[in-house]
Amino acid sequence: MNPRAHFYWSIRRELWENRSVWIAPLVLALLIVVAFAAVSDWAEGFRSMLPKAGASQLRMIYMPYGLAASVIVLTGWLVAIFYSLDALSGERRDRSILFWKSMPVSDLTTVLAKAAMPLVVVPAIATLIALGTQLAMLAAGSVVLIVKGLDATPAWTRVPWLHTSIGLLYGTLVHSLWFAPVYSYLLLVSAAVRRATFLWAFMPPFAVMAIEWLAFRTTYFAALLKSRIFGGLVAFEPDALKQPITSLSQLNPGALLSSPALWLGLAFAAACIAVAIRLRRYREPL
Amino acid sequence: MNDTACIEARGLRKAYGSTVALDGIDLRVEPGRILGLLGRNGAGKTTALKAVLGLTPCEGELRVLGRVPWQERHELMADVCFIADVAVLPPWLRISQALDYVAGVHPRFDRAKAERLLSKTSIRRRSRVRELSKGMVTQLHLAIVMAIDAKLLVLDEPTIGLDIVFRKQFYDTLLDDYFDERRAIVIATHQVEEIQNLLTDVVFIDRGRIALECTVDGFDARYAEVVVSNDRLDAARALAPIRERQVLGQSFLLYDGVARSELATLGDVRTPSLSDVFVAVVGSEDAQAGARTA
Repeated sequence: MNPRAHFYWSIRRELWENRSVWIAPLVLALLIVVAFAAVSDWAEGFRSMLPKAGASQLRMIYMPYGLAASVIVLTGWLVAIFYSLDALSGERRDRSILFWKSMPVSDLTTVLAKAAMPLVVVPAIATLIALGTQLAMLAAGSVVLIVKGLDATPAWTRVPWLHTSIGLLYGTLVHSLWFAPVYSYLLLVSAAVRRATFLWAFMPPFAVMAIEWLAFRTTYFAALLKSRIFGGLVAFEPDALKQPITSLSQLNPGALLSSPALWLGLAFAAACIAVAIRLRRYREPL
Repeated sequence: MNDTACIEARGLRKAYGSTVALDGIDLRVEPGRILGLLGRNGAGKTTALKAVLGLTPCEGELRVLGRVPWQERHELMADVCFIADVAVLPPWLRISQALDYVAGVHPRFDRAKAERLLSKTSIRRRSRVRELSKGMVTQLHLAIVMAIDAKLLVLDEPTIGLDIVFRKQFYDTLLDDYFDERRAIVIATHQVEEIQNLLTDVVFIDRGRIALECTVDGFDARYAEVVVSNDRLDAARALAPIRERQVLGQSFLLYDGVARSELATLGDVRTPSLSDVFVAVVGSEDAQAGARTA
C-alpha cells in the first residue's frame, strides 16, 4: 500500500474526469492574448504615459495584465465551485463508485484528493495559466509596439513583474485559505446528497437567513456570510484592491494570520471534510 | 476461524429497518471453488455479496481472507476483485486511463496481461467507456479484473444484458485464463443454466436464508429426475417426488435423495438442471409459506 501513489493517481483521475478545470482557463487565456494583440488601441495610451512613469502610471501600464490575470483566476474559482458540487455525488449518480471502491484506495485518500482539487490544484492551474497569459501578453504586446515603431522595453522593465507575480500567488493562497470552509461545505453537500447539489448547497443559507429574520428580526447569519465573502480582504492593506497589486507593501499576511475568522473557517473546513470522509466510508455506496 | 478459507461467515444477519435481508447465513468458501449463489430478486444475494466486499455492515461473524470486510475494505481490495454489474465503469474514462490508474494504485495488477487480453477484443485504447457497447464494457472490466492476481473474485450478475455470445465468452475466458486452485470465485446470477457446468458449489438463498447448500458432485448424487410414463405414475408418486411437471404429455418427476437404481425402474433417469431444483426447493417453500399464512 502506497498512500502517496494512491493520492497522485486519485488527482490524475480527477483531472481526467474534470477537464474543464484546465480547459476553461486555458481557452479564456488564449482569447485574451489574441484580443490584446488584435485590439492595439492601448499602444497610443502606452506612448503618452511613458514619459511620466510615476507609480500610478505604472499601475495604468499594468492594468490590462492585472485584469487578464484576475479574470482567469476568477474562472478558476467558478470551476472549483462547480467541481466541488459534483465531486462526491457524480460517482454515485453514474454508479462508478462501485468501481472506485473495488480498488485498494482508502476513502480518506479519495476524499482528500477531491478536496485538494478546489483548494490546491485548480487554483494552482489557474494561477499558472494567468502568469503564462501575462507573459504571452507581454510578448504579443511587444510585437504590437515594435510594429507601431514604439519602444517595447518599458513594459518589461518598468513594471515590477516579480512583485505582481508574488501578489498573484499570494492572492491565490489567501483565497484558498479563506474560502476553504466554503469549498469544504460544498464537498460535504455533494457527499450527502446525490442530486440537485446546487439547490441543497445554496438553499439552506437562505432558509437560515429567512428563519432568523422571521423569528428574531435579526440578521446575524447574513452578516456572518458577508464577513466570509469579503473578510478575506484583511490580507491586503486597506484600499489595496482598488488598484492592481504592484507592490508587496499592499499585502498584509500578518493581519490575515492573526484573524480568528481564518482559523475558525479552517476548523469548519476540516470538520466538513471529516464528515465527507465518514459519509463515503460508512454509507452504502448506492 | 480458519484463515485458509476465502470466505467464512457465521450467523450473518442484516436488516434494513423491519425488512430482514439476511437472516442467519453460514457460508464457507475455500480456494479452488466456484460458488454459484442463486436466489430470486430480493432474496439477499446482493446484500450477502456487499457484506463480503465490505460495502455494508452486518451482524454475525464474517472473515474474508482473514479480514473483517467492513473494517478493512480498502486493504481487502488488494486481494479481492469484484464486478458488480456491467454499468459501473465511469463513462468518461479512456481505456488507456483505466489501465494507467489500476496499474498506479493496484499492487497486484499485471498490465501486460490486461493488454494481452484486450488485444483479443476490438476495444481501442483511445476509446472512452461511453463509446463502447455493453458487451465491450464487460470485456474491458473482465480484462482488468483478470489481470489482477486476486484470491477472491466476486461477480454479481456480471453478464446481465449481454447477448449469448458475450456471455459464453465471458465464462470461457474466466475458466480458461483465470481460475486455478489458489483462487475462489463467487457468482450471483439469475442466468442459472449457463453457469451450471462451471460451478463446484451451489447455494440457494431464499428470503435471507440458505435454502440449499451442496457441492455440484453432491447435487448430482442427490437429485434425480425421471421421465415417467402414465402407467407408472402412481408408483412414482409413492416415492415422494419434490416436484412434478408435465411437458408435452410426459411427466417429469424430481426426487431428492432417492437412489437412482430404484428410480431406474420407473423410467429414464437423468440429472436435473439447477433451475428445476431451484424452483422445486424455493418454490415449495413458497407453498409452505402460503400454507402458514393461510
